[in-house]
Amino acid sequence: MAAAEISRDEQAFLEYVQGGGQVETTDWLPDDYRAKLVKFIEMHGNSELMGVLPEREWILRAPTLQRKLALTAKVQDEVGHAQLIYRVVEDLGKPREQCLADLISGTSKFHNVFHYPTKTWGDVGVIAWLVDAAAIISQKALLKCSYAPYARIMKKICWEESFHILHGRDVILAMVTGTPAQFELVQEALDRWWGPLMQFHGNPIPADEDPMFTWRIKSQGNEEARQQFLDGYVPQILELGLTVPDPKLRKREDGVWEYTEPDWAELKSVVTGHGPRTADRLAFRARYLEQEQWVRDALAA
Amino acid sequence: MNELLLSLADDELVIGWRDSEWTGIAPMLEEDVAFSSIAQNEIGHARALYELLTDDPDALAFDRQLDAYRCAPLVELRLLDWAHAIARRWLYEVADEIRISALMAHDDPAIAGLAAKINREEAYHRMHAEMWRERLQDAPQFRAAVDDLWPYALGVLPAKQRESLAARVGRDEVAAIERGTHTAELAELWNEMTMVRRSAPAGAQW
Amino acid sequence: MIWEIFRRDRAGQPFEHAGSIEAPDAEFADAWAREQYGRRGESIALWLVPRDAVHVVSDWADEFDLKYRRVDGYSIKARLKEARERASVKSG
Repeated sequence: MAAAEISRDEQAFLEYVQGGGQVETTDWLPDDYRAKLVKFIEMHGNSELMGVLPEREWILRAPTLQRKLALTAKVQDEVGHAQLIYRVVEDLGKPREQCLADLISGTSKFHNVFHYPTKTWGDVGVIAWLVDAAAIISQKALLKCSYAPYARIMKKICWEESFHILHGRDVILAMVTGTPAQFELVQEALDRWWGPLMQFHGNPIPADEDPMFTWRIKSQGNEEARQQFLDGYVPQILELGLTVPDPKLRKREDGVWEYTEPDWAELKSVVTGHGPRTADRLAFRARYLEQEQWVRDALAA
Repeated sequence: MNELLLSLADDELVIGWRDSEWTGIAPMLEEDVAFSSIAQNEIGHARALYELLTDDPDALAFDRQLDAYRCAPLVELRLLDWAHAIARRWLYEVADEIRISALMAHDDPAIAGLAAKINREEAYHRMHAEMWRERLQDAPQFRAAVDDLWPYALGVLPAKQRESLAARVGRDEVAAIERGTHTAELAELWNEMTMVRRSAPAGAQW
Repeated sequence: MIWEIFRRDRAGQPFEHAGSIEAPDAEFADAWAREQYGRRGESIALWLVPRDAVHVVSDWADEFDLKYRRVDGYSIKARLKEARERASVKSG
């Protein structure tokens, strides 16, 4: 059955997407589905755009020509992802200017990890390696999103994220095999980022209670994503001689990771706009949007 | 000769470094991606030119004292408004084409070959700059920016090539802001671009 | 103005829809799409098509089930079996 043949009935639509069906922009979409899509995809676009800023600060400081080029290219990719994602939102009916205005005013949200400062070059490695690893797990699951235009751009996004992980791991490897002070720089960055990383996939609400899962916008639950992250990356962290700053972290016999309960109150506070760098990053974004409005006007004329 | 190659390489390095700062904050997301590619290309050109001069391009790019850089003041300026950024790109590309064309006729095939390779990428930069100039040429912000930067643009080229530059951009020659002294903005940039490298003792690797 | 972007990743492959960009004219669309969809060498050619120029066809009437135009219109299994049996009887 093609989506076009579904009657304009929410229940039939729900069954269709829950059976693995995908829909296109031109299909009939239930209002609630469209609203959830816009909210979810817009937050993803916001995150790509705001995710640019913590790393951008290091573009001028990259310590070799190769690192300079790789970091610039990585940040460029994130901007490109924002472009792809906001286009999907625009085709769902919300203009880019409105998305940006809502981002600046705090009406819409962006991911927790992009509200934190980047203090050292170690952070650049940890972000590209582990934050992008956490992100690629969520994004790979979106390849099966019920909204096909979003699922399709995820192919390009995941492909580019894989370069970031390579770049990040390479930055980390260079430092852990450098001087003891460089090793400590990595450990110190990991210690600071571990909390936000564990919060990244969200609180462990069962998938069935997650409206994003119900509509099959997401295809996996939060805890499933976090377990996948731990499974894939804890061994890679430990083999470098680094320590994960969680004494309770262990893999049970049945393969499930146990860990200290992440600070969900902090997550909530951060994503609702109270992170350590939320205000000044939004102000920075607002400043350039406003300053260059005349350029967008000149192009539109 | 080294002096000429080094000044070209340093120009490309520093303008690339400056333009890379737009990554993430350009006026449109689509332009952001394109502008960042240009910045990366320029740094790539600098690296290829340094490789003609040394076995350790990173050392040449990062580990010199300020007065050993040979870049022109035009590329040193921190221009975080779009009118100036585009005006510089346009003026720089027109000037760059003049000197790269001359280098393509160089006796040393390694230099001539690299110049030709660089020129093939610069062709896209020129298209990009020209497309923006056409769009913004009547905007007062852009016209003011070109006025501001014109004496700097002349300083990118040796005196004998300036007439050609003036003809191509349709302006009269004025007193150039010459290569040889640096702006305060280069000191600021140098401070930032070498910060991580200077933070670690010998034996560090990046 | 929205431009639909199609990319060909290798010689011999068809152009596939890659996404869209917003650009004021073909020149800007060219400068921007070539970077967004080709900077990592993933495309050997792009088609940039103004969205408004795309004429969409998405529905067909087939009310009388004219199956002979589809693969499922030919159920040869039973007859093939019979033909094979007859042939084996003859040769046997």
